Amino acid sequence: MSASRAVLRVMWPPVVFGIAFLALWEAAVNVFDFQPYFLPAPSAIWAEFRANTTLIWEATKVSGLNALVGLLVGTALGVVMSFVLARFRLLNDLVTPLAIALNAVPIFVLVAVFNNMFSITSEIPRRLMVTLVVYFIVLVNVARGLREVESIQLDLMRSYAASEAVILRKVRVPNAMPYLFTALKIAAPASVITAFVSEYFGGSQNGLGSRIVGNIALSNNATAWAYVLGACLLGLTFYLIAVALETFAIPGGLGARTSDGA
Amino acid sequence: MTAVEVRGLTKVFDVGRPNAVEALLDIDLTIEPGEFVSLIGPSGCGKSTQLRLIADLVEPTRGEVLVNGKPARRARLDQDYGMAFQEAGLFEWRSVVKNVELPLEVKGWNKVKRRTRALEMLELVKLSDFAEHFPWQLSGGMQQRVAIARALAAHPPLLLMDEPFGALDEMTREHMQAELLRICGETSTTVVFVTHSIPEAVYLSTRVVVMSPRPGRITDVIDVDLGPRRDVETREAEAFFRKVTEVREALRGIDAPDPTLEVEAALGAEDR
Repeated sequence: MSASRAVLRVMWPPVVFGIAFLALWEAAVNVFDFQPYFLPAPSAIWAEFRANTTLIWEATKVSGLNALVGLLVGTALGVVMSFVLARFRLLNDLVTPLAIALNAVPIFVLVAVFNNMFSITSEIPRRLMVTLVVYFIVLVNVARGLREVESIQLDLMRSYAASEAVILRKVRVPNAMPYLFTALKIAAPASVITAFVSEYFGGSQNGLGSRIVGNIALSNNATAWAYVLGACLLGLTFYLIAVALETFAIPGGLGARTSDGA
Repeated sequence: MTAVEVRGLTKVFDVGRPNAVEALLDIDLTIEPGEFVSLIGPSGCGKSTQLRLIADLVEPTRGEVLVNGKPARRARLDQDYGMAFQEAGLFEWRSVVKNVELPLEVKGWNKVKRRTRALEMLELVKLSDFAEHFPWQLSGGMQQRVAIARALAAHPPLLLMDEPFGALDEMTREHMQAELLRICGETSTTVVFVTHSIPEAVYLSTRVVVMSPRPGRITDVIDVDLGPRRDVETREAEAFFRKVTEVREALRGIDAPDPTLEVEAALGAEDR
């Protein structure tokens, strides 16, 4: 079977389901005569999306850049910290409970705090927010990947008289790679969600989140939904980039297997 | 010079604590180059521990281990032995040939030299066609052959094996046993082999070392001389069955271990 046919075989069920879902939605709005302020029809949302493409694109760029900056910085910090934790066992025991405790904080309230620290038009609080969310996802996963190496593989490396540095390079790091990409696949859409939810807490009214809130306040429901569609596409793009990176970086299709829990 | 020399070897886990386990007590064993020695006994008799002591993966409480006339630590640092376990333990992110290259890579061999050797080793275990495959694309028996190729890649004079065929089905197992004898014959490698299976020990070995648990001790050493060529007929020969019976009786002489102790040993000592 050719590759394109294989793709087709995987693709058609969700595509058919998606189309059926939209058709049902459209039909429901018409049959039950839902008012636009309750639930707009997909066709109306699409029309709004087409009419406001430029505005949505501008808002997407703002939220997307915030998400991207936070994603990159958070990933870098998370990876660095996981190496430090893997190296120093004691620090790990100290930091892990703290990380869990911090993770339990309803983290979005921090945006309000950050907003006070910077000027009202600054994008930094939102980026900090994304960084924080991504950082913990990456840290927890990569640290696990570096630590949870099969004991038989460690025995083998010791039987080759390998130093800790060599074990790190040849066993721990490759072992952590699928964990890193699992983290990225979670963190990429999470960074987008965080970026635009952060906009709910004030600051410039320029991103997808603030546009959604603004349009709902004006009862422009179909327009708000059009921005939701934009947000959805942005999150999806981030996720697909993470998947593409994984496919590219991990040989032998191992990443795909690992994400299934193999 | 002896291949392995074990003198007064004692290993106690959790020394000084109430749950201390005497895994091995005063073991003496001398293995000459070219020998194939099996360690057999009920679980908890310390046979795996003894192998790990020879490999310098655990430290003895008392006594001494010499490998190739050197202290075990020195021998490990010089990569004087190769090792294989019940699980193949392949590195799943490396292709088959790169798995075999790994010990050479750690040793600092250059790319060309280690690739050449790894391909030679794969030919030896008849997996040349699978060099670029990844471990998960191989069957259990094939993975185990890769593990053996890897263990022998640096041409170590000694091969330490801990129930390497334990997880394989009977057919694959017999095939692998024959392959192992062929490979060790071709490379004149000394082997120390831990097993639960009496026929396996008899078929493979020049000597079978019978051990008893708590404390782990050598109770019997049985010489096996079934001639140099061992093929399918060997397994059906009368001499083979006589030896199997002899080993079985030696094992029967050991008191059946108390089942509660057995569970404790399994819980306490397995992952050491």
